[in-house]
Amino acid sequence: MSTRTLAVVSAGLSVPSSTRLLADRLSTATVAALRERGEDTTVTVVELRDHARDLADNLVTGFANEALRGSIEAVTGADGLIAVTPVFSASYSGLFKTFFDVLDKGVLAGKPVLLGATAGTARHSLVIEHAMRPLFAHLRAIAVPTGVFAASEDWGGDGGVDRALAGRIERAAGEFADLVTGRPSAAPTEALEGPFGGTPSFETLLRGV
Amino acid sequence: MQFGVFSVSDITTDPTTGRTPTEAERIKAIVAIAQKAEEVGLDVFALGEHHNPPFFSSSPTTTLAYIAARTTRIQLSTSTTLITTNDPVKIAEDYAMLQHLADGRVDLMMGRGNTGPVYPWFGQDIRNGIQLAIENYALLRRLWDEEVVDWSGQFRTSLQGFTSTPRPLDGVPPFVWHGSIRSPQIAEQAAYYGDGFFHNHIFWPPEHTQRMVEFYRRRFEHYGHGSADQAIVGLGGQVFMRKNSQDAVNEFRPYFDNAPVYGHGPSLEEFSRETPLTVGSPQQVIERTLGFRDYVGDYQRQLFLIDHAGLPLKTVLEQLDILGEEVVPVLRKEFAALKPAHVPDAPTHASRVAARGGAKDATVYAAADDVTGQVRDEAPEEAQTR
Repeated sequence: MSTRTLAVVSAGLSVPSSTRLLADRLSTATVAALRERGEDTTVTVVELRDHARDLADNLVTGFANEALRGSIEAVTGADGLIAVTPVFSASYSGLFKTFFDVLDKGVLAGKPVLLGATAGTARHSLVIEHAMRPLFAHLRAIAVPTGVFAASEDWGGDGGVDRALAGRIERAAGEFADLVTGRPSAAPTEALEGPFGGTPSFETLLRGV
Repeated sequence: MQFGVFSVSDITTDPTTGRTPTEAERIKAIVAIAQKAEEVGLDVFALGEHHNPPFFSSSPTTTLAYIAARTTRIQLSTSTTLITTNDPVKIAEDYAMLQHLADGRVDLMMGRGNTGPVYPWFGQDIRNGIQLAIENYALLRRLWDEEVVDWSGQFRTSLQGFTSTPRPLDGVPPFVWHGSIRSPQIAEQAAYYGDGFFHNHIFWPPEHTQRMVEFYRRRFEHYGHGSADQAIVGLGGQVFMRKNSQDAVNEFRPYFDNAPVYGHGPSLEEFSRETPLTVGSPQQVIERTLGFRDYVGDYQRQLFLIDHAGLPLKTVLEQLDILGEEVVPVLRKEFAALKPAHVPDAPTHASRVAARGGAKDATVYAAADDVTGQVRDEAPEEAQTR
């Protein structure tokens, strides 16, 4: 049994938050789905609320402070990412977007990402499709076909979760687990060649002129 | 090891008084700062190049030539010279000229500029930033190293039989540093030519600087210029000092909180923890600066930023006094004691001339003067004997 790493980014602001609740459901379902496929999983949760000031500082200074660096590395180094945001003004929250704004270019390329969103009303049901998917397409991440949107009313069923929502969570987790297991484990952040190992040699740079 | 100051040439409101200096005041102030830097025993004064407010230094060679005339010892440099948007022919001419006037006390640091719009102001395109830096510098090297240059490239008109004048002083061009914060291609370029690599250092966590410097050192060795620890490294630093560290913090805080680059973000304490910024006593500055060596290795040049964010000239000159009297003498001694013998000092004109086997007159005499039509053997005798 190999071990996979999963990062969960939750942009919920209240405590407890339904965004975190959805993130936890997605993560639990994914761990179970990976176990069915013969994989152990370690999960790191990044609560963006804890990084609200760190992210604002990063916008101003251009670099992530130590606390934020740890969370960024957890996300960029993971085999798969679960990203969940509340809907603010018909889109992902500013805090959620800021986290993805401060990542270095290309760090999520090819990474399987399971998308989730929460809102007070079902009228925002397509927010994953019209807001989140374009963002992750730009980041060249591989978004799972099923995204999971949960409105307040979805939390009202038996056992706290509507049966339909539970079904969507399970289907999404299964698709996500298939994507994660279909890929080699994420390489350590620094490969043998060391940092900047991918920089073209000067001869190549000169030829590019 | 060389110690000095570098200025970005910003004209910033003093947040404690609400007063903004005029261009005239700041331009005269920068001359006073350079003269004071020499007077207190620093080795290097470097000046930035910018082409938009709030900066004044659009024409560094004019300023540096004026400073050269009013100083005798201090090394003059840039921080940085825009290799992307300046015509390399003009850089070759301007800095060779400055080199003659300053008796060789000149080197320069190549950079790509701080703002996207500067590219179109000079007929270039920011999307070509790295390629401009590479092609323009390749041409600049040839203009200094070869008397007669035929050139064709992507970014400027071709040259046929072109000679850049004046020729570098004693036939030895100024030493070149390449400054880059986050582009490994520039570190690669510095390594390829065996030039120096300068990391701004001051707005970034040490790990970031360490990775870039390590990469440059490894590539310097790869290109056969010496071992990795013999590569020529410079670092920025940012300090504010008073005898009592709490006085330094109290005095500097309003400048920090309102600074154009990082103000209105992290606290002074947080930024000091995350970056090399040191606000405190001279002893704290000494200890922090010595610590830079722990992550970049033995290095050749340390430049401090001390005149930004609206700090008044009087305060800047006081900072220079503290640097010169209390900080740099200790750093000089401590760094020297730590440096192994095989690690070189920063190149100077004298050391580079010696490495070439002595000075030679590099004057290129025209075969025929296309203004007067005179051919060489008709030229006045003093022109031939110099």
